[in-house]
Amino acid sequence: MEHHLILRVVTKLLVGTIILFAFYVQFHGDFSPGGGFQAGVIMAVAFILYGLVFGLVAVQQVFPPWIVHKLVALGVLVYAGTGIWNMVLGYEFLHYGSLNPHHMSHGQHTGIIWVEAGVGITVTGVMIAIFYAFAGRAPRLGDDDW
Amino acid sequence: MTETIINVILFAMLVTTAFAIVRMTRLFAVVMLSGVFSLLTAMLFVTLDAVDVAFTEAAVGAGISTVLMLGTIALTSRSTKPSTRSNAMPLLLVTLTGAVLVYGTLDMPAFGDPNAPAQTHLAPHYLNESITEIDVPNVVTSILASYRGFDTLGETAVVFAAGIGVLLILSGLRRRREEEEEDEA
Repeated sequence: MEHHLILRVVTKLLVGTIILFAFYVQFHGDFSPGGGFQAGVIMAVAFILYGLVFGLVAVQQVFPPWIVHKLVALGVLVYAGTGIWNMVLGYEFLHYGSLNPHHMSHGQHTGIIWVEAGVGITVTGVMIAIFYAFAGRAPRLGDDDW
Repeated sequence: MTETIINVILFAMLVTTAFAIVRMTRLFAVVMLSGVFSLLTAMLFVTLDAVDVAFTEAAVGAGISTVLMLGTIALTSRSTKPSTRSNAMPLLLVTLTGAVLVYGTLDMPAFGDPNAPAQTHLAPHYLNESITEIDVPNVVTSILASYRGFDTLGETAVVFAAGIGVLLILSGLRRRREEEEEDEA
């Protein structure tokens, strides 16, 4: 896609905005629609868009596959780790109130932020990893092939 | 009244898109239309006030899966092979399944029925108590992440397993092909 000047310029403008929007959806999920799942997908879309326009090699320099593969597992660990931390504090698994026993609803806020972060990390990782797996096997297509 | 009109229009567009998908042979157009189908579904969720679900449907259905389907087309073929067999049997099966599904909805409580089982057991507790127990304005988030935290952990594990599965299948094939190329060389 080297000769698509408009696509390249627009992509460069959009990628940052998309990532910012992903963080908004991630951390504003308590107050508005959204949360880890949606934010993870939007975050992945930013890198997938970059990869589609600038090529797989360019995006894998920014976000190497080995980091992506680690993220896939890290998210689940963060989520389950929050639950286990609650157990260490002497409450049930995933009882977030234990994170702040004097003010249970504050503990709930902290817990929700952590588990949503876990969901977001795993979804981002899985989506980008699947895109890498597909794009890594694709033959290079010309614009007229479609 | 306005909502009924919007619903009728959206469902009409949904059915039209579905027929267009069935008639098309160029897979690029089919993938684009399935993205449109997801977007229309997302709009229907918005009219049902299920904005969180609509958000997910728009991001996953219309966004990511369209890109992944395009990736699949790039790996396989650009158009469907014309079918040589008769369409009677599949048509019969689809009609039968559809009829059974419609028959199944007859037993469901009416839309918005306050006495429906879904509205009478846990939902009132969530709606009334979540602001004191969790203090998060978006009830969907407090149910998803806290009351139903275990379910969401399971969902995350499913996404994890799906990702690992795709990676194993696709990267395994690549390794095998590289080995074959080495053998030939």
